Amino acid sequence: MGFNYLTTIIFLPVAGAIIIAFLPNLGHRCIKRLAAVFTFIPLALSVFLFCNFDKSLGAAGVIQFGEKVSWIPAINAFYHVGVDGLSLPLVILMTFLGFLVVLLSWKIDLRLREYFAWLLLLETSILGVFCSLDLLLFFLFWEIEIIPMYFLISIWGTGRKEYSAIKYVVYTLFGSAMMLAGILSLYFTTGSLSMVDLAQSGLGSFTAVIPTVAIFFLLFIGFAIKLPVFPLHTWLPDAHTDAPTAVSVVLAGGLLKMGGYGMIRLCVTIFPQVAHSYAPILVALAVVSVLYGAAVTMRQTDLKRLIAYSSISHMGYVLLGIFALSQVSLTGAALQMFSHGFITGLLFAMAGLVMHNVDERDLRKLGGLARQMPIIAVIFSIGGLAALGLPTTSGFAAEFLVFVGSFSSTTVSGIQIYTILAVLGIVITAGYILWMLQCIFYGSPLEKYDGVKDADILERAYMFIFVAVIMLVGIYPAILTDIIKLGILPVV
Amino acid sequence: MPYQLAWLIFLLPFFAFVIISFFVRPFLNHKPKLSGYITIAAISGSLFLSIWALIAVLAAPGHELPIPDINWVIIEGGVTIHLGLIMNSLTAVMLIVVTVVSLMVQIYSQGYMHGDPGYHRYFAFMSLFTTSMLGLVVADNLLFLYVFWELVGLCSYLLIGFWFHRPAAANAAKKAFIVTRLGDFGFLAAILLLFHNTGTFDIAQLHSLAVAGTLAGTTLTWAAIGIFAGAVGKSAQFPLHVWLPDAMEGPTPVSALIHAATMVAAGVFLVARMFPLFAHSEQALLTVAVIGGFTAIFAATMGLVMTDIKRVLAYSTISQLGYMMLGLGTGGVAIGIFHLFNHAFFKALLFLGAGSINHATGTFDIREMGGLRRLMPWTYATFVIASLSIAGIWPLSGFWGKDEILVSSLASQPILFYLAMLTVFMTAFYMFRVVFLTFGGQYRGGGSGTKPRQSPSFIGGEVDKKPHESPSVMVMPMVVLAILAVVSGFWNVTGQFGKFMGHGETYSFVQGFFGILAHPLPWVSLILAGLGILLAYAMYSAKWLSAERLGRMFAPLYTLFSRKYWFDELYENIFVGKALVNGFFAGLQQFDNKGVDGAVNGVANATMAGSRAIRRAQTGQLQLYGLFIGIGVLAIIICIYFFG
Repeated sequence: MGFNYLTTIIFLPVAGAIIIAFLPNLGHRCIKRLAAVFTFIPLALSVFLFCNFDKSLGAAGVIQFGEKVSWIPAINAFYHVGVDGLSLPLVILMTFLGFLVVLLSWKIDLRLREYFAWLLLLETSILGVFCSLDLLLFFLFWEIEIIPMYFLISIWGTGRKEYSAIKYVVYTLFGSAMMLAGILSLYFTTGSLSMVDLAQSGLGSFTAVIPTVAIFFLLFIGFAIKLPVFPLHTWLPDAHTDAPTAVSVVLAGGLLKMGGYGMIRLCVTIFPQVAHSYAPILVALAVVSVLYGAAVTMRQTDLKRLIAYSSISHMGYVLLGIFALSQVSLTGAALQMFSHGFITGLLFAMAGLVMHNVDERDLRKLGGLARQMPIIAVIFSIGGLAALGLPTTSGFAAEFLVFVGSFSSTTVSGIQIYTILAVLGIVITAGYILWMLQCIFYGSPLEKYDGVKDADILERAYMFIFVAVIMLVGIYPAILTDIIKLGILPVV
Repeated sequence: MPYQLAWLIFLLPFFAFVIISFFVRPFLNHKPKLSGYITIAAISGSLFLSIWALIAVLAAPGHELPIPDINWVIIEGGVTIHLGLIMNSLTAVMLIVVTVVSLMVQIYSQGYMHGDPGYHRYFAFMSLFTTSMLGLVVADNLLFLYVFWELVGLCSYLLIGFWFHRPAAANAAKKAFIVTRLGDFGFLAAILLLFHNTGTFDIAQLHSLAVAGTLAGTTLTWAAIGIFAGAVGKSAQFPLHVWLPDAMEGPTPVSALIHAATMVAAGVFLVARMFPLFAHSEQALLTVAVIGGFTAIFAATMGLVMTDIKRVLAYSTISQLGYMMLGLGTGGVAIGIFHLFNHAFFKALLFLGAGSINHATGTFDIREMGGLRRLMPWTYATFVIASLSIAGIWPLSGFWGKDEILVSSLASQPILFYLAMLTVFMTAFYMFRVVFLTFGGQYRGGGSGTKPRQSPSFIGGEVDKKPHESPSVMVMPMVVLAILAVVSGFWNVTGQFGKFMGHGETYSFVQGFFGILAHPLPWVSLILAGLGILLAYAMYSAKWLSAERLGRMFAPLYTLFSRKYWFDELYENIFVGKALVNGFFAGLQQFDNKGVDGAVNGVANATMAGSRAIRRAQTGQLQLYGLFIGIGVLAIIICIYFFG
């Protein structure tokens, strides 16, 4: 079997968390370095997996780097992890973000030990979700994530942090309850928790204990809350706005993708017929998410809240791509998840930096900062342009594939009109992104901001990584689409 | 030379961009001239290669060179995208236009931008722009064309907002980007529609499908109109014309290159590039002609009354782009593109002249100029040549392009022809109004009258009482462009250009240098242009007529024109402001807070209230619990008795 790459990637961060939490007499600097090491190794390993991933077409639908150990024989549960074309990019995304947020948190000094322990536990749980191939394991990781999230928001957050944290927890648990009911129904129908078996045969000849439509929607609602889909989105602006910067980055960059991933992995794969018959409604919902999200974003005056709302709009493209149910649109949706992770991650990181350096988050009171923080201005603008889908950034490649795939999809009648409406979203996006950049950076420099700091060397380093990935995928998307399509081929 | 070298045409300026942004700016910031030289060297290389390409294309059979493709993205069962170049007569002509004007503008910029703190940034953006524009011209499939299309839009945004510390510039940049993106939405939708129906982005394949009739009917019409929507945005045609006048907030060489000669002409180029699609849809072609013809006169009316020299030129550009669209819609590729070719040189020259005047006087307001003829003889001479050219005076280049458009519109759309004729008169009038106010009479500016808002920040203190001619680095490019403004039209004196563009049209109209004067039509347009010049002379030089009194006589019209038909107010205040952002979007935001989130919090509050109510029952008194148990037992007994 060789080296257990995935287990190492998943559990190294939590190992780091345990060391940081329980080893006595660690200095601040030491804690930060430990966290960096324990997140950098998974990053390096995931890049290694990327390089050694079998990219030939024969590997379509094949689980690679799988590890399977019996866990609870009584209920047929296994510790089964593995990656395919769909999950590998998300694993890479999360290991990148996991490392980058440690760098982002370098200036945290409140309860440092706890902070990094929770942050590392969070990374493990999200990685676990993307790698799990057993429903029970999947659910376990899904639930673990809530705990660090709650503490990170309510202790290190700002504003109405307790309210936002509890809202996040209750909302997510509501979705989890639905999802658990769905998973149990699946289990009692087929007697198996293996996502691989379910993916291959669907429900097969089994008679479902409750109607399959009900199982589909139980799972769907759980994922829709995470993605989020209108009208289940209101936890998101609160949680993003009040979370500390690094947590916003993980939340927008990694956590939301669990929803899209789950939809493709479970809803679409196991219930193709149900997905097919309800696709028109879900596609319509996607378009509402895109346009409604963009319209409400346009009205935001709080820097972080604006970026948070833009996520709703951008995740609408993911939903559109998924339920257009074509090879190209699903590939686009998966690419959009990856791309949005980096772009919004960068936007939140830059927003955090601006807020930290000038201590102001109201867009109407900011202004003229391009002279005072030129590097941040350039990088923030690149992030913004990527978010509005400018060609040569990953945002364009992903959105374009979603549009092309959806427009040409044959599964949903009248999808052309929905797609055109969704394309209209790019105009509104341009509106709020450029307005935001203008508010922060343009106009005459304000005296009160004289002498504010620009990015230091560490901040420049992580900015560079973000921008490099965004541009690389934007200029040569095949680097990811060649992998993603292997995961999508068996789905369609 | 191997044909692969054609890639270098657009990659050379990209290398310049990379070198300036990543090496010169961070490490050699103290060497101010360096980035200018790098840009100029790179664009000279592109120009050299473009001339080679033109010669090769002229010699090639069918005027097209084959260039191998590169694979980009392949998704089985869906999308296969190659990356390649198209090198035909249209490409070759556009390459020459872009590289020549760009090179002249970059040389000029060394003088104009001298001492600006953003010198490196300026040349980096200019290189990036030239790359994108050249890429747009050579792209052989719609996807890549769209990529470069967006990139020129980005460069336009960055360069309009170059002096971003001025709110007007920042606003204008944002407006330009968003308005053109509205057009791009149509373009993108058209690309999706075409791909859905044909499975390809390749331009040559789309052409042959349209010619073969496979691509036809409403699909073709909608696709063509979608593409035209993109062109309307980029070329600032009605009703998306509002961004271009504001774009004049950018540095003047930027206006010359991007907002006069090249990028705004990209819309015209796009229609020409996709012309077989338009040619097979009557409605689409008619749309192009009508929008173009209407925009030509609509913009010209506003040009009549502007007092800012750059805004006059901006409206003039919109108007001339309308002419080109009219030419495409009624005559075909050769006619539209020939005017584009000529217009690029004389319009770039006019802008460089305006920049030269501004460099000397510190203002763009023509009411504060005057008497510059003696003070700035070179600027004066070249500006007049360009004005005569745009007015369509024989035998300058503007004449050859414009008269062909007039002839073709007379043949197919007589109403548009009369509008175009009226526009000829207006064009001559507004251009010479500028000429007489700027160069004639006595100098009225200097001192208190200067508006620092309009002048680049760094010039402010240097404005002398007496303006003087610009340095030779600025004058030289103007002289080169002035020569081109005279001679560029000669290419089609015997119809050579039309044959080169090669769509099989025959040109009976152009019959040699003097031969053309045998027709009555050129005489009519020459007389109209002459009358325009005469009226301008009468009002602004000889003062036979008082401009103020005329203004009062036609007060409603004057207000209508000078307020730009209230389109800015309509779009910005009423449509975007009141209806969308503060209306519909605000409603949605309220709904989001009160409705959606209210429901969520409502559920939470209801649960809390419910628990609070039930909690009351938990009093801790045994008697009460006993009573409940008693009631429960009684209820069970009754149930058993009745239902058991």
